[in-house]
Amino acid sequence: MRKAAYLAKERWKEFVRALSGRGEVYAPCKEGEAIAFRRLLPEETPCLDGPAVCAPKAIIYHQSEALFTFDFRKDPAAPDKAAVVLRAETEAPPAIILCDRPCDAKGFTIIDRVFLDVDPYYRERREKTTIITLTCDTTYAGCFCTSVGGGPCDAAGSDVLLTDIGHGYYVEVLTDKGAEALNGTALEEGAPYSKEAEERRTASKEALKPVFSGGGEIRLVSVQDAFWEEVSQRCLGCGACTYLCPTCYCFNITDEQGVNAGERIRSWDSCMFTHFTLEASGHNPRSHKWQRFRNRVAHKFVHYPEKYGEPACTGCGRCIRLCPASIAISATVAELAASP
Amino acid sequence: MQDLAAKKLRIVAFLCNWCSYGGADTAGVARLKQPTDLRIIRVPCSGRVDPLFVVRALLSGADGILVSGCHPRDCHYSEGNFYARRRLEMLKRFLPFVGIDARRFHYTWVSASEGERWQRTVIDFTRQVHELGPIDEGREKHAPLTGPASALAAKQAEPLLFTNEDLETLKKTVSDALSRVDVVIAYGRGFDPLHAAPSFIERPQGADGLVFSPLCEQNLASYLTRLNNKKVGVVVKGCDSRTVVQLLQEGLIKRENLFVIGIPCNGVVSVKKAAAALRNGKVLSIAFTEGSMVAATDKGENRIALNDILQDKCGSCRHPTPLVYDVLVGGPVEATKDAPSAYEDVRVIENMPLSERLAYWERELGRCIRCYACRNACPLCVCRESCIAETRDPHWMTQETTASEKMMFHMIHTLHLAGRCTECGECERACPMGISLMTLKKKINMDMLELFGYVAGTDPAGKPPLLTFKVDEERLEEHKV
Repeated sequence: MRKAAYLAKERWKEFVRALSGRGEVYAPCKEGEAIAFRRLLPEETPCLDGPAVCAPKAIIYHQSEALFTFDFRKDPAAPDKAAVVLRAETEAPPAIILCDRPCDAKGFTIIDRVFLDVDPYYRERREKTTIITLTCDTTYAGCFCTSVGGGPCDAAGSDVLLTDIGHGYYVEVLTDKGAEALNGTALEEGAPYSKEAEERRTASKEALKPVFSGGGEIRLVSVQDAFWEEVSQRCLGCGACTYLCPTCYCFNITDEQGVNAGERIRSWDSCMFTHFTLEASGHNPRSHKWQRFRNRVAHKFVHYPEKYGEPACTGCGRCIRLCPASIAISATVAELAASP
Repeated sequence: MQDLAAKKLRIVAFLCNWCSYGGADTAGVARLKQPTDLRIIRVPCSGRVDPLFVVRALLSGADGILVSGCHPRDCHYSEGNFYARRRLEMLKRFLPFVGIDARRFHYTWVSASEGERWQRTVIDFTRQVHELGPIDEGREKHAPLTGPASALAAKQAEPLLFTNEDLETLKKTVSDALSRVDVVIAYGRGFDPLHAAPSFIERPQGADGLVFSPLCEQNLASYLTRLNNKKVGVVVKGCDSRTVVQLLQEGLIKRENLFVIGIPCNGVVSVKKAAAALRNGKVLSIAFTEGSMVAATDKGENRIALNDILQDKCGSCRHPTPLVYDVLVGGPVEATKDAPSAYEDVRVIENMPLSERLAYWERELGRCIRCYACRNACPLCVCRESCIAETRDPHWMTQETTASEKMMFHMIHTLHLAGRCTECGECERACPMGISLMTLKKKINMDMLELFGYVAGTDPAGKPPLLTFKVDEERLEEHKV
């Protein structure tokens, strides 16, 4: 389903108000020095001065969430016995992600393959969230979406696609969920603007030349350890790259227990941390940082594509822009893609 | 038992086994009436009380914390309470900075024979905490949207002193240094022209790709403790050299394994500020001319005044020329005599009302994603994978992303750097979320200067003030009876 409409910029606030009535609206907002996704306050306009620091991943795949809570109830008649009471909540309110970018939306399709069928917590939020993506007309430092099969106007993962055409937005409704969210909002007929939108899209797509060919699928069989040692030498071993990434989904599960009660929590984990692979015996199969770096590249560009047919990377460039040691995964992949 | 009728609060007391715990016992034996809100934790010595015990308790919902030990000069272990006195005073001054009322924390000295003093201490402190009420009450739920603007005056941008000739000298110095060290850490190109990146040179020809410009903001001394089994050469600016001094002072690196190439510096650009000014656009080239940076992006040429994008720390720099070096490349730079105090931004926050300060930090630290970039970039955070923020045993922190857990992590980082932080700003630079992390550390540094006249990383023979003590402290209250 693909339906076109038009939203004049002066009716933007009205549009957002209508959306707020349908669920929690999340959008990139200026937070101190950073642009980050958070709940849009009434009458607030999303900040589009640059790319959001974090991907909107956390809105659907929470950084930390209780899978269930437990408490031990003692039986006064038999004080040595305690019954365990478990409670699990999966229900989530409807939400709308507004003004994310095509690389952000595509990130959800990559996480979907892992969680959607098996994880009730993720599925509930994913199904209740409508994604209204704004196409890109700017290439940001580090961007490489066209190298990994995406593009500045890619529709993957989005329910609605907005394209800025100066005086307004060209609106494409891609799914039933999108149509439902936009129902009754301040939209006009879109057909007269389709040519204008198409021109802009072609221009932005042409502006972003791929940095490597082959779509990002690489082979590591003949790559020497020394290569990884060199490319990871300046890595500080923090988790910024993985936590900002729209596709990284690795997690940890811990029991956080207080007195007679607690929660089982699932929280993001990062393959760049030493603890990630630390085994109970004390052995760590990836004790060196070059091994962890190799794993990050391999998971995204070798193992995930082997299983699902495309790389687990949308080319958003966050891990490059915000790496405190200025490491570019795109350069590493380009080097490997070029080697025989 | 006057407080039994009122709502009880949770007050935790850490008492030293030899004096204050005995004092509490004496009070009990003498049947002196005391409020019952207090939960006592017996510790071997007040010197055993890590300031983080207090912070963890407060962030976990304790309404007040009391620490009591033997009187100074009367410690069972001779000197434990001398250390405690310095640490606890530091903490007492720090808590209100992050919006926790200083009256919720009290430290004092009670001997085993002073039952009445113990009674008075407990009654007074409990009353004080009751006046304040539960710790969560009255918290503002919505913090202001913007924080305080940086109060540091911009440095007057001068011509940049590092010439092409200097760069050639640097390259030669680096390749020559390889005859005596295994690796030299210097600056190379980053992923785009706006970024410089650490470069590890192991072969002389590797020096050809080196760069040095105001974009070289990273502190390369951060890598020194990661290369402890090697002889290492490192390129340092004035501020970075303070890190080297501090690491030497703490015995974390060995001078004989180190070759320091110093570069006098006239200020570095905050690449984050520059990227924001360029709206994160794709940068094609960067050039510096007098007083400005010229950046070509795919949308055209931008000229940005250096004053607008220099790092905040450069405005108050006292050590533009490295304090320690084996070779100096480029002419020395004089410190600006009338540079503003480095602590203006601390004062801005101190001048906010307490509730606003709490709201400010909840909002700032609320953005934290616990990626640990600040910690890993910090040259003085050397625990790394043993960091108590991540270990399950001891279990200092949970994996939850609540405001109090995020705050706790930053309290760990800040308090472990108390009296050690050289203000290189790596924590703030590395933070992807743009949190003003260095201000937390600067607050403690300001107090270290006021209380002990100490500036970290300036004297290789010095000692961090919290790792030492004086029997007669000139500027600390005795808390005498």
